[in-house]
Amino acid sequence: MLSLLTHIGRFTLRQLSEMGRMFLFLLSAFTLAFRPPAKIRLIIHHIKTIGVDSLSVVLLSGFFTGMVMGFQGYYSLRKFNAESWLGSAAALGLLRELGPVLSAFMVTGRTGSAMAAELGTMRATEQIDALYSMAINPIKYLVSPRIIASLIAMPLLTAIFDVVGIYGAYLVGVGLLGVSSGSYFSGMENSVVFNDVYSGYMKSLSFGLIITWVCCYKGFHAPPRATGVSQATTESVVLSFVLILVWDYFLTSVML
Amino acid sequence: MLKGVNLDFTTGKITTIVGTSGCGKTVLLKHLNALLLPDRGEVLVENVDITKLGQKELYKMRGRFGVLFQAAALLDSMTISDNIAFPLREKTQMSESQIRKKVEERLDQVGLENMGYKYPAELSGGMKKRAGLARALIMDPEIVLFDEPTTGLDPVLATGIHQLIARTQEAFGFTGVVVSHTIPQVFEISDYIAILANGVIEEAKPTKEFQASQNPVVQQFIKGTIEGPIQVL
Repeated sequence: MLSLLTHIGRFTLRQLSEMGRMFLFLLSAFTLAFRPPAKIRLIIHHIKTIGVDSLSVVLLSGFFTGMVMGFQGYYSLRKFNAESWLGSAAALGLLRELGPVLSAFMVTGRTGSAMAAELGTMRATEQIDALYSMAINPIKYLVSPRIIASLIAMPLLTAIFDVVGIYGAYLVGVGLLGVSSGSYFSGMENSVVFNDVYSGYMKSLSFGLIITWVCCYKGFHAPPRATGVSQATTESVVLSFVLILVWDYFLTSVML
Repeated sequence: MLKGVNLDFTTGKITTIVGTSGCGKTVLLKHLNALLLPDRGEVLVENVDITKLGQKELYKMRGRFGVLFQAAALLDSMTISDNIAFPLREKTQMSESQIRKKVEERLDQVGLENMGYKYPAELSGGMKKRAGLARALIMDPEIVLFDEPTTGLDPVLATGIHQLIARTQEAFGFTGVVVSHTIPQVFEISDYIAILANGVIEEAKPTKEFQASQNPVVQQFIKGTIEGPIQVL
């Protein structure tokens, strides 16, 4: 009984300690991000890797998500003779929820894992130690530009996901299932308000921060061996997914 | 791992720390520029305990050091030229043309002229070490730390690297701390030798006195025998 309590206690303390380290890491990276000199070239480079290079996967997933929404939305609304509200349903679902969450998942899988792997490899090959030795703060050089880049890129990717998704739902609803084009867009116009767009934007901003924070932290603190890098990559993706969903719940409850 | 290390380094000279694999030489080296912090004790650089410095002062102190890591630790997303130029771009106000000129000079000094455009993955082990040395020296540091600079290299290349270290030390006058177990070649470039065994410095003397020492730990290490005070298997 005592050894079980000891085990639980030790586990709890370890997790609390890890959470503390993660928050200190985030605080350090965030404050350094806005302290001069700004690493403009690095930020632009990371906007390209986080944003531009994720564009194809976001376009594809947005389009197919929209098409699925078209089918499912039409099927559900038909029960209430409310097919004409398909545009409204698709737009609200994408803008408020599916756009930010699914594009965050895509970016986590594609770019977040790459960040964790890159930083983990740098840790394993002493490149991070080399930065410390050159009197260069590796968090300012490696992490802060990624945070700024994700705060710029994520909302843009989410917006593209939303637009493509709405078009995908339009193709299915109007093109395939016979919903009136006019009612599709007028329903959307009547239902979508600024708060819907704003809440999606705030979610995408915070998800971008979560992805970069978690993936950079895991990579930065990866055990310096090959299995350590793979472990860091897996943990970063899983933890990012969980935190995105948990934070989504809190944001939704606050902003509704 | 380290149970009580007391060691002084003479300014302007090369001190080599030898010992068996896994005895803590690299750990000791990383304490010298506060990459690792001791559980107890001090690390004094000109009578300043660097383990107690705040972050700003610590980064300023680290600017006095150059480090050549075991695998060179070159940033693999940059070319060799960019790797060597990196500290100058980040820490100085030099113009790009001045930086390029200095980088070219260093590349020539380490025998890597016209190789600056290559990436670390395209270089051999010896070339990476030379590029790492060029980067370690680019800021004209007062103290240079070498972590097993010849491990994994063939004997000819190892001698070349040792001679390069000796030549650059003579040219730049830095205080060198070398961690190595490739004896007796490393004796040729060292002014002082210290042996780390069982977590302590068993002996630290000028090179000739060290080689003549009758300390059983020194004798076992130099002769490479299994029996003796150093437990390995």
